[in-house]
Amino acid sequence: MGIIKTENLTYVYGEGTPFRKVAVDNINLDIDEGEIVGIIGRTGSGKSTLIQHFNGLLKPTSGKVFIDGDELFADKSRLKEIRFKVGLVFQYPEYQLFEETVYKDIAFGPKNMGLSEDEIDRRVRETARLVGLKPEYLEKSPFELSGGQKRRAAIAGVMAMEPKVLILDEPTAGLDPRGRDRILGLIKEYHAEKGTTVLLVSHSMEDVAKTVSKILVMNNSKVFMYSDRSGVFAKAEELTSMGLTVPQVTRVFDRLRAAGIEFEDEVFSVEYAKDLVLRLLRERGQSLD
Amino acid sequence: MEKFIEIKDVEFSYMNEYDDPPTKNTVLRGVSLDIGRGEFVAVLGHNGSGKSTLAKLLNAINLPEKGEVLIDGMLTSDEEHLYDIRKRVGMVFQNPDNQIVATVVEEDVAFALENIGVEPAEIRRRVDEALKTVGMYEYREHAPHKLSGGQKQRIAIAGVLAMQPECIVMDEPTAMLDPIGRCEIMKTIKQLNAAGVTIILITHYMDEAAQAGRVVVMDSGRVIADDVPKKVFSQMEMLKSVGLDVPDVTELTHALIAEGCSLPDDIISEDECFERLYNLLKKGG
Repeated sequence: MGIIKTENLTYVYGEGTPFRKVAVDNINLDIDEGEIVGIIGRTGSGKSTLIQHFNGLLKPTSGKVFIDGDELFADKSRLKEIRFKVGLVFQYPEYQLFEETVYKDIAFGPKNMGLSEDEIDRRVRETARLVGLKPEYLEKSPFELSGGQKRRAAIAGVMAMEPKVLILDEPTAGLDPRGRDRILGLIKEYHAEKGTTVLLVSHSMEDVAKTVSKILVMNNSKVFMYSDRSGVFAKAEELTSMGLTVPQVTRVFDRLRAAGIEFEDEVFSVEYAKDLVLRLLRERGQSLD
Repeated sequence: MEKFIEIKDVEFSYMNEYDDPPTKNTVLRGVSLDIGRGEFVAVLGHNGSGKSTLAKLLNAINLPEKGEVLIDGMLTSDEEHLYDIRKRVGMVFQNPDNQIVATVVEEDVAFALENIGVEPAEIRRRVDEALKTVGMYEYREHAPHKLSGGQKQRIAIAGVLAMQPECIVMDEPTAMLDPIGRCEIMKTIKQLNAAGVTIILITHYMDEAAQAGRVVVMDSGRVIADDVPKKVFSQMEMLKSVGLDVPDVTELTHALIAEGCSLPDDIISEDECFERLYNLLKKGG
């Protein structure tokens, strides 16, 4: 069994009212420990409802959720303990900063876990370093930081709980390109350093393509697909029809293939596209111009 | 082209209240720009580069500390013109939820018109027209909170349109939308511009800026580039050095050029990239 497993998970909003909506419909998932997974889908496809089940913010209408082999809600007294295993970073997490100093804000979660002062201190300093906040920022008010710094401080607060699964909902929304790359970079570093499972919810195929190893596609409250990147981007047409986009370079190379240029590869990054063009030119013993 | 907006040597700063004593944070350091009637201008710049401050100068939410801003020949610092300026320049912000006030779509679009005392029959006409323009007429009796982000943002645009502005300034209108919502807004923007509305679009999305007629790049409170998209995006190193990016197809062609491929350095659209690569790869095939 993987770190996150669901069995026939269904969630219905407004049951018994005229506004009844099945937000998550009979989902069976098994996500292995250590994966870095992108979750994509249109607004309203069920992404947020799904991830809120993973740390017990929502209770399934029917079906089961297992975290690290333990069934959520099976034994209420253990709910808190299981919840500490899954850290959830909401959209625009910087709006949730509230403490007097950055240090206290990052320490809030670990403190709630009942850790010792020394351990809290170690975690605060380590995660601040991981997200690229200099030690002198720790004593500042969170409200003195820039937008990007605030967001990184908020993410650090969840990372400091050292969850086995870190879930981030649209962590790059509203950031400029540098801020976007910085957040994606730190997520990758965190994953490489800790080796724990990371789930990244995003609208941006480009972001997902350059960060994750597997992709979960949600459509109409169901899982359309859970596969590696090339498997997902090979379905460009179906993704487009469900209102999702594939990366710009993927579209260009799909058109090249349709126009008769022969290659097997699924292209989803600029780096890969460059290597492919050079390889195709070499294979034909062709000059570069 | 006839000048509609004139920004002359503008400086602007905020006071940083957290410091003791409060310190001055200069955001605009001598910005000059002329924008013609009917133009579609995209403004790029990293967070904190002064883009939004600049936008707020255009309908007198911010007043310049030094220099001056003229809208259709009227000084924004002249209080007498405030009403006329705000009538000409409408604004759309990032978060659709912060811009919607009513519980029915058409009432929301009518809100500003009612405030300025437009005749009911005229309100009806303008609201219907604005909703048709953004493609939301059939939703006129819906509740805004049940709409998608892209739909809500189009309602916000309709509310501005109903005021019949000559210019709409949009501050990251697609930042909170999904890809389909972003497409809807870009389509609406291009349609409005084709109908003669001057558009100033502040964005972090390079592919959106590539669709504008002109791109202005801001850094540290100054304009550091101002040209047609092809000319601006071909300066990849400069853009990266100020924390910006280029469309992926531009990045790809530049990487191939660096490897010795003969390709133009100003490819910014998917169509163009496809054609050039096709020609390059077809020859030996």
